[in-house]
Parts: sequence; structure tokens; C-alpha cells
Amino acid sequence: MDVRTVADYMNSGETPDILFWVGCAGSFDQRSQKITRAFATILNKVGLKYAILGKEEACTGDPARRAGNEFLFQMMAYNNIQVLNGYGIKKIVTTCPHCFNTLKNEYPALGGNYEVIHHTTLLQELINEGKIRLKEGGAFKGKRITFHDSCYLGRANDIYEAPRKVLEALDGELVEMKRCRSNGLCCGAGGAQMFKEDEPGKTRINTDRANEALATGAKVIASSCPFCNTMMTDGVKLDEKEEEVKVYDIAEMIAESMN
Amino acid sequence: MHIIQEAAFIVVLAVAIILFSKKSRQIYRNIMLGRPEPLNDQPEKRWRNLLLLAFGQKKMFRNPLVAVLHFVVYAGFIIINAEVLEILLDGILGKHRLFAEPLGGFYNVLINSFEILAAGVLLACAIFLVRRNLVKVKRLNHSDLTGWPRSDANYILITEIVLMTLFLTMNAADTLLQQRGYSHYGEAVTGNFRVSALFQPMLAGLSSGTLEGIERTCWWLHILGILAFLNYLPYSKHLHIVLAFPNAWFARLKPMGEMHNMPEVQKEVLYMMQPELAPPADQAPAEMPRFGARDVMDLSWKNVLDAYSCTECGRCTAACPANITGKKLSPRKIMMDTRDRAEAIGENINANGEYKDDGKSLVHDYITEEELRACTTCNACVQECPVSISPLDIILQLRRHLVMEASSAPAEWNGMFSNIENNFAPWKFSPDDRDRWISEN
Ligand code: SF4
Ligand code: SF4
Repeated sequence: MDVRTVADYMNSGETPDILFWVGCAGSFDQRSQKITRAFATILNKVGLKYAILGKEEACTGDPARRAGNEFLFQMMAYNNIQVLNGYGIKKIVTTCPHCFNTLKNEYPALGGNYEVIHHTTLLQELINEGKIRLKEGGAFKGKRITFHDSCYLGRANDIYEAPRKVLEALDGELVEMKRCRSNGLCCGAGGAQMFKEDEPGKTRINTDRANEALATGAKVIASSCPFCNTMMTDGVKLDEKEEEVKVYDIAEMIAESMN
Repeated sequence: MHIIQEAAFIVVLAVAIILFSKKSRQIYRNIMLGRPEPLNDQPEKRWRNLLLLAFGQKKMFRNPLVAVLHFVVYAGFIIINAEVLEILLDGILGKHRLFAEPLGGFYNVLINSFEILAAGVLLACAIFLVRRNLVKVKRLNHSDLTGWPRSDANYILITEIVLMTLFLTMNAADTLLQQRGYSHYGEAVTGNFRVSALFQPMLAGLSSGTLEGIERTCWWLHILGILAFLNYLPYSKHLHIVLAFPNAWFARLKPMGEMHNMPEVQKEVLYMMQPELAPPADQAPAEMPRFGARDVMDLSWKNVLDAYSCTECGRCTAACPANITGKKLSPRKIMMDTRDRAEAIGENINANGEYKDDGKSLVHDYITEEELRACTTCNACVQECPVSISPLDIILQLRRHLVMEASSAPAEWNGMFSNIENNFAPWKFSPDDRDRWISEN
């Protein structure tokens, strides 16, 4: 796969139009890597001049900050901002709502000012501009799809429509869960919960949410966050429904259906 | 006789006002125990929030039926209080229906609308009592409310019903006496009012003397009830009828996902990375700043105002993924605990002149680590709160204290921290593999 780093661009005297911030999950987690590759495939097909930081990218510090470790967060932010400002980065797209939130809302106070968009917003723009052309009768045509809102995209940043608009373009049958949009139930991963066991309780949050998604009768659960994706996948597995019901990131669904 | 009534009234009124303002000043002082945080920027947005969220109760309309009922009680409460103005002046001046003559026909329009509202309030409060005690709506029967908070809610509803009944009975007796031309009641002739007229048949058989007794008793109980209510407010969740307004005005305007920056930590890190920028050691500030919040004084004043504004409605807890799945965390309890702790500190100051360490703190003694650990920072509680409260903001400040000052974190989190520090990712992967996804498939 052909993906260039910002350094590659610089070496050939060019500048990329947009930086693709891959994020830790997208870089290392096997399931999330597929999302990353799907999104890069789309960008390649569309012919966008994008770049990644490659080995120069580091955790934004989001899980450390939410767990309470402000020192570690500030250290990560300091280094990342040095790198980003050093390259004169202006615009960033990311497939992770947590990276999106941190880069967009929290780095400005520390001297990192960029135009940051989430990949679902970019996908919507590319579809509107006709740059993404979808197959007639793609794999999701007529399929029942439900969308799980990510807290860090939805409530945290008020983005509810873009992912739904992209899904509508796939010609599926979009059904909503009872708790959706600003009422959406968390998948259970945020606030650094991803990195520890649940506190004692009756059930796990992701089982509760997966059950709600399964109750819609959807064959596809669409997500817009690698962490939600993992949580929902695990929840569906626990119900032994992984054969009939698939959890996909919106980028994967578009990559699959593109001409 | 008149003079004694007037004098008694003035004394009661004065005592009520003095007690209320004393408690109000204490609450103001308790709120100001919090750290300063400037929240006065962007007045256009703040006006909007005040009008939409406080006056318009916008968030309540996420459940329209409850919203309408609550709106009736709220509008009734505010509007009927215009009548209290007349009652107060009557009481002080020893007059009866002071406004009837100057306002003429408009007076009847007013009292008629008050009566209709009063009937609405009565009905709504009755429905609320049923919802709480018979239908047992889940969020209103949660373990957070065991004991005093549950009685508090019921006391208020019952008091409202009693006050409205007194008001209507008083008017019924009064208008009957007018018809009979009895004593001074015959002077201010207003004619019947819409709702209280329906009560008249029940009283019609009584003698005029008894009716006068009923009218006076209702008048006194009504105004005493209102003054008692006023002094009960500061101890109750019903303080929100006052504080919901400033709380909407001072609501944070940033995106919900944005955590507060900590400039003190930012500076420390900057000096570590670029030691040449650090001030010489002898000029460094002597006092170490607090990293996170351990007690109420470490929170922002807005957090404490939040705590005093909380209606204990539990919309936050009903939406909290942690609470829904049986974890100990309940955002409503976070707010109730913060208020309880602020009150305890206030009592401490009242007794000692200044705060004397009582060996307690908000973390541990009121809110446990287990509760704090369960939060997913999903913002559902913030989204749901009808009075612009952020329980999450308090949770995150307490977490900062646990990790940075008390060095208390679950082992998995410590592992995650060291992975981020050493491998630049929360998992133990080699930073060199960060772009391996390109070649793998
Ligand atoms: S932010 Fe935390 S406390 Fe608030 S609803 Fe979500 S999990 Fe519960
Ligand atoms: S914090 Fe808000 S939503 Fe939660 S109980 Fe208090 S008033 Fe209700």
C-alpha cells in the first residue's frame, strides 16, 4: 500500500494538503488496522494529497489525561505539538474520535492550532463533492444497519449527522436504537476504561449496548471509533451473534462499496 | 386587635427575612470556598442559556409531559407570588385586599388567573406525588435518595398542595362574606372568583363568624407557610428554584469533550523540556500548587454552585452507563456528596470561625475511589442535566488528585501510563512498528 509520511513529502520539496492522524489503536490494534487501511485506500483512490507522521506520531495523551495523569498528557502534547508545528501542519483528519477531540479542543490551549476533522465528516464531504463514487447495488444495499454514536463525536463535539449521511449514501435500511444521538449509550471504553477491568457491577456496558443494537434486528452495526468497534464486537461475540451480525467502521463500509 | 395582628405579622416577617438572609450568606460563602474561575465571557451566549435553559426549561422538554407539569408548578410558583406582595402589604398595613380598589376590574382578572394556576399547581403536585410514591419512577426511587432526600421531595409537594388549598379556601370564605356584607369584607367587593367559587357550597352553611375565623386562619397559615418554605429552601433540593438561574448563566460554554487545562502542570512540563525557560530556583513560587481536587476548596466555585443547584432529579444517573450496569458510580450522588461536604465545611467554619481540619475530605470520606474509577467520561450526565450541572467535571478533578497527589491508580492504569511514556502508545508495542499497518494486511 502506498502511504507517504510528511517527511517523505518534505524530502521531495512538497507539502501535503492534509495530515492523516492514525492514532494508537489504528496503528497497533489488529482490528483497527483494517479501518486504517480502509481509510487510506479511500484517500488513495480519491487522490488526496495526504500524509502520515509514521514513526513520529505518538499518543495524544487522551487516556492519560482522562485517568487523571495530567503530567503525562502535557508531556505527550508538548512533543506532538513540537512535531506538528515543526512541519507546519494546518489540517488534520483522524479516524479516532478521542484523538479528534484532543487535537481539536485541547491542543489549542497548549499552542497547537489546527483545523481538525473526523473521517466521517471528510467522507461526507467527499461524497457530496462526487469524489467518492459508490457502486450501484453495493454490499450494503437494502441491508439493515444501525449506527452506534461515539460519545466523543456526538455529545462531546455535536457531530451526529455526518456519519448518518454517509451511511444513507450506501442505500441500506438505517434503523436507530432507542438510545441514539445525544441519548446514545456509551460503549464503555472512554475515560481510560479501555485499559482496565470494569469496576464491580451487574453487567458490562458493552454487553448492554450490543444487546440494544442486536434488538434492532440490524445485520450491520456501524461505528465511527476504533474503541467503540472493539467494544461492540466483543459484545456481539458474547451473544454468539458474530456470524450473522458484523461490526464495521464507516470507512470500511465505504471502501468496500467504492467504484 | 388589629394592631396586635400587624405587630405579630411584622415580627414574624422580620425573623423570617433575617434567618433567610443569614443562611443565604453562609451558602454564598460556601460556594466561594471554591477556586476562582472566570465565567463571564460571551454574554450573548449566557443570555441565551439563561432564557432557554432556566426560564424556558429547555432540557426538561426531553420528556414533554413532565416538562409541562413542572412548568405549571414553576410558573404558578412565580406568578402566584405576585399575590404574596399584596398579602405582605395587607399584613404590614393591616388592610384587606389593598390592590382591589386601585386595580379595579384588572384585579379580578389577576386573582382569577392566580386561582386557575393554583388549581393547576395542585393537580401537578398530586401527579408528582403519585409518580414518586405509587408509580415509583425508577430514578426517583433510587438508593441515592434513601432517607431524608426522599422525604424532602414529598414535604415540598405536600406543602405546595396545602398552600394552594389554603389560598383557595381563603378566597372562598372571603367572597362568601362579601356577599353577606359582613364587617369590612363588605367594603372590598370583588365578586366571586373562578375556582374558589366551587368551594363556596362547602362553606355556605357556616356562620359568618366561623367564616371569618376560617378566612383569617387560612390567611395566616398561608403566609406563615410561605415564610417557612422560604427558610426551608436553603436546606432542600428546592434551592434550585433560585440557583438554577445563576447556574445557567455561569454554565461552561466550551465543547463538552474539552477538559480544563492545568497551566501549572503545563508550565512544569515546559521547564522540564526547555530548562532554559525555567525561573531561577530562588524565584520559584514557594507554595506547591494543588494537582487536582481532594476537597471542596480545591474545586472551582462553579462546581460548588452546581452542587447547591442540583434538583436531585436523577436524570444524570438514569443515563449513566456505569450506573445502568450496576456500578457504584451515580453522578447525582457525586453532586449530593459535594453539597453535603460543602455544608459540613460551612458548619465547621460557623463553629470555629475558620475551617479547622476535621480529618475528612470529599474523596474517600464522601466519594470512594471505586465510584470515580467507573466513569467513562461519556458526558451523558452533563447532557441530561436540566440545570446545567457537570458531575463529570468534579469526577475528573478528583481523579487528578488520586493519580497525581495520592499516586493511587489501578495497576493496569499504571501499566498504561508507563507504556505511553516509554512506547508512546497505551499498549506495549515498539514505536518502530507504528507504521507497520501499511505493509501488513
Ligand atoms: S460521564 Fe461518567 S458519571 Fe457522567 S454519565 Fe458518563 S460515566 Fe456516568
Ligand atoms: S446533576 Fe442535574 S440531572 Fe443530576 S440529579 Fe442533579 S439536577 Fe438532576
